[in-house]
Amino acid sequence: MDFFSRTTHFDFMRWRHGAMAFSAVLTLTALAFLTFRGLNLSVDYTGGTVIEVAYPEMVDLGPLRQALTADGFEDAVVQHFGTPKEVLVRLAPRPGVAEKELANRAVASLGKVGAGEPRLQRVEFVGPQVGEEITEQGGLAMLAAMIGILIYVGLRFEWRLALGSVLALFHDTIIVLGFFSVTWMDFDLTAFAAILAVIGYSLNDTIVVYDRVRENFRKVRRGSSVEIMNLSLNETLSRTVMTGVTTLLVLMSLYLYGGELLRSFTVALVVGVVFGIYSSVYVASALALALGVSRADLMPAQKEGVDARP
Amino acid sequence: MLNRYPLWKYILVVVVAIVGTIYALPNLYGEDPSIQISALRGGRVDEALQKRVLDALGQAQLTPKKAEIGEGRLLVRFGDTEVQLRAQDVVRGAVGESYVVALNLAPATPRWLQALGARPMYLGLDLRGGVHFLLEVDMPAAVRQAEERHVNDLRQLLRNEKLRYKTVSLAEGGVILVAFSDAETRQKADDLVRRHFPDLLVTQAERGGDVVLELRMAEPAMKELKKFALQQNLTTLRNRVNELGVAEPVIQQQGESRIVVQLPGVQDTARAKEILGATATLEFRLADDEHDVRDAVEGRVPAASKLYHDRAGRPVLLDKRVIITGDYITNAASGIEQQSGTPAVFITLDGRGAGIMADRTKDNVGRRMAVVFIENKSETRRGEGGEAVRVKRTTEEVINLAVIRERLGKRFQISGMDSPDEARNLALLLRAGALAAPMEIVEERTVGPSLGQENIEQGFKASVLGLALSFAFMAVYYKLFGLVSGFALLFNLVITVAVMSLLQATLTLPGIAGMVLSVGMAVDANVLIYERVREELRAGNTPQAAIHGGYERAFSTILDSNVTTLVAALALFGVGSGPIRGFAVTLAIGIATSMFTAIIGTRAAINLIYGGRRVAKLAI
Repeated sequence: MDFFSRTTHFDFMRWRHGAMAFSAVLTLTALAFLTFRGLNLSVDYTGGTVIEVAYPEMVDLGPLRQALTADGFEDAVVQHFGTPKEVLVRLAPRPGVAEKELANRAVASLGKVGAGEPRLQRVEFVGPQVGEEITEQGGLAMLAAMIGILIYVGLRFEWRLALGSVLALFHDTIIVLGFFSVTWMDFDLTAFAAILAVIGYSLNDTIVVYDRVRENFRKVRRGSSVEIMNLSLNETLSRTVMTGVTTLLVLMSLYLYGGELLRSFTVALVVGVVFGIYSSVYVASALALALGVSRADLMPAQKEGVDARP
Repeated sequence: MLNRYPLWKYILVVVVAIVGTIYALPNLYGEDPSIQISALRGGRVDEALQKRVLDALGQAQLTPKKAEIGEGRLLVRFGDTEVQLRAQDVVRGAVGESYVVALNLAPATPRWLQALGARPMYLGLDLRGGVHFLLEVDMPAAVRQAEERHVNDLRQLLRNEKLRYKTVSLAEGGVILVAFSDAETRQKADDLVRRHFPDLLVTQAERGGDVVLELRMAEPAMKELKKFALQQNLTTLRNRVNELGVAEPVIQQQGESRIVVQLPGVQDTARAKEILGATATLEFRLADDEHDVRDAVEGRVPAASKLYHDRAGRPVLLDKRVIITGDYITNAASGIEQQSGTPAVFITLDGRGAGIMADRTKDNVGRRMAVVFIENKSETRRGEGGEAVRVKRTTEEVINLAVIRERLGKRFQISGMDSPDEARNLALLLRAGALAAPMEIVEERTVGPSLGQENIEQGFKASVLGLALSFAFMAVYYKLFGLVSGFALLFNLVITVAVMSLLQATLTLPGIAGMVLSVGMAVDANVLIYERVREELRAGNTPQAAIHGGYERAFSTILDSNVTTLVAALALFGVGSGPIRGFAVTLAIGIATSMFTAIIGTRAAINLIYGGRRVAKLAI
């Protein structure tokens, strides 16, 4: 089987200005959502208590909410978790009440709705300062990763490409975060792990394209930078599609069988993988072009004295 | 260009495959629900114990799968968890208090694999069920305690050396002020303090007409103190967790002031928290029997006394001076007092504590002595600006009031407990000793055992399906070459599992997801190679040249992309903590193993199939 029997000749770079505008709008929208709406952060970051219970039979959320409100949990967020038998309750940190007592009291009121005795599946409590630290550390780790990449790609390739790849990563991260903000899905620690995975995937994709760009700049003596870029993208297209499809297949199986706890992880990755592929072309490559990457920049170092200077 | 590998490369691939399989194998055997019996003081794990346990189980008609003695413990395996739980009760009754009977999931790894050092991956709490706590040591409190200790010791020293001082007090900012009436005495005291307290920085000053010495703790001493506070808390926690009877607990330091406690299999979190979270200190004080407690209740508390309450809320008047604190207790055990037959607690003090105790009790026989239990609870609240504010609450309670019958020394007992349970609890609290500093639970996660099992099954199902889909897709698209890379994927998964098992890395649910994902991404290297091979074929190269060229030219791309990802993983590992680090480790292992299997592994297979002969067409 072969999707691309011949090398394709799409003129990817023709749409690069439009795509850049699209990316800019998308990034700004995502940033606006993140600023004004924020993320539906899980207790991992905000602190608080999460209680997951399983009932022997299906249970309606209405009476549950009433029971909780009656017992003083007006702020409780109640939702089904995976199946109609399972329920997730989130409580904000509350001053003055020992957290152990809090969970016990909440479980007691969860048993009052006549759907049978709920079985406690999981209780998580995170103190507010721990949550703050996790957020801070996560941001710091991501920053460190991006700086590391910037330096390595800068040394191995060229600074324009390095900047392009890091901006592409930034673009992907912001868009996935923006997606979480728009859909108001739970943003928990696994979702954060997913963002890290997205960075890994998107980076991988970008480097493969760059590698071909470097090779073609050295090999193909004629043609403008735009043409070289197009040629490289076309040559790597079948690989991009193949790897993308296999990864999406795996993600599909995770989505179907991975269970509720991995759902946000999977969804974040699907969005990330799609945009990761897109950004390799229209952010990383197009930006490198906009920054003026040329043949001379990518010649092997030892030839620098001879023909690297126009 | 015959695409032949030297023999050593084939051997390398085969050896890696065999070793990988061996070390991945224990994960397939699963775990037996079992109980683990280990000895406390006075108990011995031997054949006799094994016989006693098996007899007791036989009487209760519970059949164990296997019983074995090793590493100073007796392990009894069962077929299912229900039998295991009943067996725990039976055995607990049979062996008595000198043993700890803990539930355990013992790996069912066969002996020959164990002999090779092969162990299954360590499952995270989200997969096996249990409780996770993150505790924070209250360092300011530890420092304050040390300062108070210094104040007492200074008074003692000056008195012993007959140097007259006016006051010794603790001022703001951790400064200890010692006031004298003349500069000459101060100078003598200065020399003395420098000699006896090398940890204190001494400065001379004038305050409010007095000549004073200002003392504060030196920075290195402060650091040492904090380190010590953490160490002591760690030790205490270990003791307490041992009392709880948990198999394979994790008690680790995290950062400068935090401790992680993981208790796999524990479901009774309330009891776990009561024991871990009760950050108690103890004080022994003499009761003030000279004054009327009713006056004190009405507000007229004598200057040398302090008003306390017991558990029932009854007021008790105690001497302000502490005889000893819980720091001096080395052991405490519950038992039955011979004479009266009532439950009692037997306490052992260390040498210094024994000296003080003897000194203070010899003139006070016939007076009452109280044990004051001081519980330090601290919780975090949100302040007005939304910032986290720590609020502390201290509850002081008289848990025992007993008449001193004789001069107390190294060993003494507190009798008159209402029930064996009460005695056991008091002993546990005493034994766990006073923590150097109070702790607070800042994070807690509990996962039920059924949820853990569900997570494993789901993770397993998702992995198998993901692998099968990738396998099928590659085989359809790249034919024989795809098939080869499919096996390489399988190979990759086996090695990854083997490496994780060897490193005893903790496998969590996100970890499984990471592994599944790395399967999807490991395909990438093969896709890169095969696309190159196809390009070479299209360019008109012979099949052999195409294979050779494809592998060679794809290599730099694969290397570049993997090294860049590795750089990112390293950065994440360096800066991140906990879950981020775990993810970085899985990622890095995945990169390394996939490079080996996708490049060397598939090449070996392709060379075997096509190498060294004339080939007209490649099945790609």
